Amino acid sequence: MAIQSPTVDIAAALVRPTVASASRGYWPSVGRRLRRDPVTLVCAGILLLIVLSSIAAPLLGLADPYKTSMIRRLYPLGSPNHLLGTDELGRDMFARLIYGGRLSLFMGVTPVVCALLIGGVLGITAGFVGGKVNMAIMRVMDVFYAFPSVLLAISLSGALGAGTENTLLSLTLVFIPPICRVSESVTTQVRGFDFVDAARASGASALTIVRVHVLGNVLGPILVYATSLISVAIILAAGLSFLGLGVKPPEPEWGLMLNTLRQAIYVNPVLAALPGVMIFITSICFNLMSDGLRTAMDVKA
Amino acid sequence: MSDLLQVRDLHVTFVTPDRTVNAVNGVSFDVRRGETLGILGESGSGKSVTLRSILRLHPEHRTRWGGSIKLEGDEILTMGRGALSDLRGQRVAMIFQEPATAFDPVFTIGHQIAETVRRHTGKGEADSWNRARELLEMVRIPSPAQRLKAYPHEMSGGMRQRAMIALALSCNPSLLLADEPTTALDATVQIQVLLLIRELQREFNVGVIFVTHDIGVAVEVSDRIGVMYAGKIVELAPVEQMVDAPRHPYSRGLLASTVHDGMRGQRLEAIPGAPPDLAEVPTGCSFAPRCKFVQPNCVTRPPDLREMGGSHLVRCVLADAQEAGVAA
Amino acid sequence: MDSLVPVEDRGGPAQPLLLASGLRKHFAVPGGLLGRSGKVVRAVDDLSLSVAKGETLGVVGESGCGKSTVARLLIRLLKPDRGTMVLDGDPVDEPHGITVNELRRQVQMVFQDSYASLNPRLTIGETLAFAPKAHGLPAAEARARVRDLLDKVGLDPANYAERYPHELSGGQRQRVNIARALALRPRLVILDEAVSALDKSVEAQVLNMLVDLKTELGLTYIFISHDLNVVQYLSDRVLVMYLGKIVELGSVEAIYGNPQHPYTRALLSARPSMDPRRRTKEAPIQGDPPNPIDPPSGCRFRTRCPFAEDVCARAEPPLADTGAQAVACHMRIAGSGHSRAAAP
Repeated sequence: MAIQSPTVDIAAALVRPTVASASRGYWPSVGRRLRRDPVTLVCAGILLLIVLSSIAAPLLGLADPYKTSMIRRLYPLGSPNHLLGTDELGRDMFARLIYGGRLSLFMGVTPVVCALLIGGVLGITAGFVGGKVNMAIMRVMDVFYAFPSVLLAISLSGALGAGTENTLLSLTLVFIPPICRVSESVTTQVRGFDFVDAARASGASALTIVRVHVLGNVLGPILVYATSLISVAIILAAGLSFLGLGVKPPEPEWGLMLNTLRQAIYVNPVLAALPGVMIFITSICFNLMSDGLRTAMDVKA
Repeated sequence: MSDLLQVRDLHVTFVTPDRTVNAVNGVSFDVRRGETLGILGESGSGKSVTLRSILRLHPEHRTRWGGSIKLEGDEILTMGRGALSDLRGQRVAMIFQEPATAFDPVFTIGHQIAETVRRHTGKGEADSWNRARELLEMVRIPSPAQRLKAYPHEMSGGMRQRAMIALALSCNPSLLLADEPTTALDATVQIQVLLLIRELQREFNVGVIFVTHDIGVAVEVSDRIGVMYAGKIVELAPVEQMVDAPRHPYSRGLLASTVHDGMRGQRLEAIPGAPPDLAEVPTGCSFAPRCKFVQPNCVTRPPDLREMGGSHLVRCVLADAQEAGVAA
Repeated sequence: MDSLVPVEDRGGPAQPLLLASGLRKHFAVPGGLLGRSGKVVRAVDDLSLSVAKGETLGVVGESGCGKSTVARLLIRLLKPDRGTMVLDGDPVDEPHGITVNELRRQVQMVFQDSYASLNPRLTIGETLAFAPKAHGLPAAEARARVRDLLDKVGLDPANYAERYPHELSGGQRQRVNIARALALRPRLVILDEAVSALDKSVEAQVLNMLVDLKTELGLTYIFISHDLNVVQYLSDRVLVMYLGKIVELGSVEAIYGNPQHPYTRALLSARPSMDPRRRTKEAPIQGDPPNPIDPPSGCRFRTRCPFAEDVCARAEPPLADTGAQAVACHMRIAGSGHSRAAAP
């Protein structure tokens, strides 16, 4: 038989008051995890440095990156007035590297952003609508996918001609199919979840459902993939310039610089490798940050 | 019959950078050959963790163990890798809830069972395949010779579960661990598998520990039932006593709130609240916040497991009081 | 759109709230050349049912029987290949009737609790406000509606409206699922395995709540579950499905007290015994529920039926009235040719 007692009070005292916690939403928690990841922070710092210096290049009091000098060609590193030496036409390497960052970064990020917009919209539409629309979009993408990206970039550039705008166009076209594919696959997965069905069952329009329910859940993986493409884009842009299909001289651009400094390998190999080092550092930083973003987003919460 | 398995004061804690979870907080029980111990509990009760600890299946770097688990006298918690590897599959076997994940999808069923037989008993190729076919027959899979060549995805859920049982019994283990093996099965298949397990247990004289959240299932297969809550056993009794006269308020609440025929039209007696957060160690009885018989001394110290007579163990101050003849 | 007042009753108590006739849904199995393998999953075949106002219709069956497909057809998340639906006298998705959107104002669904039943990126409040806002309710009123809904399902709005699904327990999430279904003030709520994923102690709480809500809000339920005991507890009438077809239909007393179809009997005796002294000795039927791809000819249950005869393979038994219930079995149809059937 139960011993009567003030059960309600004891029970009430034992129930821990639920703390109205600060927003533990998804994106804030992703931000928190990113801030705690040392690798991501270091890479972000380096990239910030490169980007800021590129943007602020005219204000940094650098030498003129276009000014040639036949006397002062291929000066080694550490020369007076030329911290990183001079290139094959006597231009200051340090200035050219910093100014080169402008074009190289621009050529890396812009195609990815454009492809993200176009490929993302196509992929999400294909994934959400399904059926014939999906087939139509994805099979067209498959055609492009059949070509290796480098080959596709080269052929497109070759067809369009050299130059910055054409390079941007061809790179964008190269990146649309993979982004579209990733978007479609993630959207199809989210589309199958019950909460999307519940949203459909509530009678909301497709656009509203995509905006409120789908986007928040697919943007993450798509962004991770897109940021990993930036490093590829930088390398591809540099490669195209190296082959003469991209940026035209005398513009400073890391890939182009690698091309024009080819002969200098015999004279000053370190100098000739410098643009490559910049490509490497930038590219790997984007890559590691993209990894960090993926890890930060990968928590089931 | 001597004890096959002896678990004493088992503690299992999972440690991660974010939090510490006290999954099992002092569990003790014995299992003999030829008997089935049913462990009944809801999610978060620690029943699966207890079971998996017997085979030390948890990741070593995140898990802290305390207490002792002895199989036929050998201490499992301090066993070396080699001895543990021999133990798994041979002396102790386990069947899981999701048979699809227990089998490798790229090999046939026959191959996997024969492989296990060969590895643990050293039989030759032909002998192992024969044994595999015998085992499939034993678990009532129709056309066993053909099924040996089937891949896991080609079989239905019930078939896969039987194949998993065959795999588990292939090396004549002395102890069989079953972690909710019928939860994902349809009703008509579930009863077939339960009867099969009962029958095979008699035939092989194995000890079985059957973890489930379904009272009906526990009653069908068990000789004794242990009810777990928040990482502890709160009641342990022979199945008839557990069903006729449960003593612990949680067990009684569980039985009262389980829907079965005859309850139509009546309001269900639900246990209020929800199971506790295992990250915190309570000062008193873990069930106190939800207990309708709670008293002041329930929260001061956790009650011990006491024997009530007829090998019926209860962890509750009320039971203590009744035993002492205090309450009316 | 209107300001979301509940839709009025039109036909009076005698008119069924929902009438479905001849519903059919087949799915093409992918694979093979050009994505077509020629195989078809006959998920629901020629299914007709009616739901009276204020009742709870239980639907039971095992995997592959099509009950979840039926749920999705009734709320038009899937478009039926064939068949019609009438909601309180108004045909659905036909020229002179109501649109699918209007159907969804009156018929809503509670999903099984799972990781995917609530959007992990939205707060509970945002999830609950979604449907009302999508139908034109202004933000302030939507917020008030959210508070009201949370109250109804026993969750303190001040505490829970700003939380995310992962912070809630299974029982709490399921309450939110129920609240979401009630957001548009529907008349009919379809519960698809709504309590199946919950612990037994929580299940009891939610069942009590469902009963209370039904009385308080004047709802009609279609309760789909594989758990026969829960269906018996909640339902007034029960419908038993097997491989896309109804095999038995009747009041809960008739179905559970005097089951006539061999499959219904098998299902009922497959329930584990709660009495350790009277354990189940033999499984009522052998084998697994078959695949809905290429179901057996004639009566679909004949491959597992202990009473199957030639006539069962030749002809599909229609659902025939036998007094207290309707059964689709040749044994119960006079003159069918089955040895156990009555003479014509």
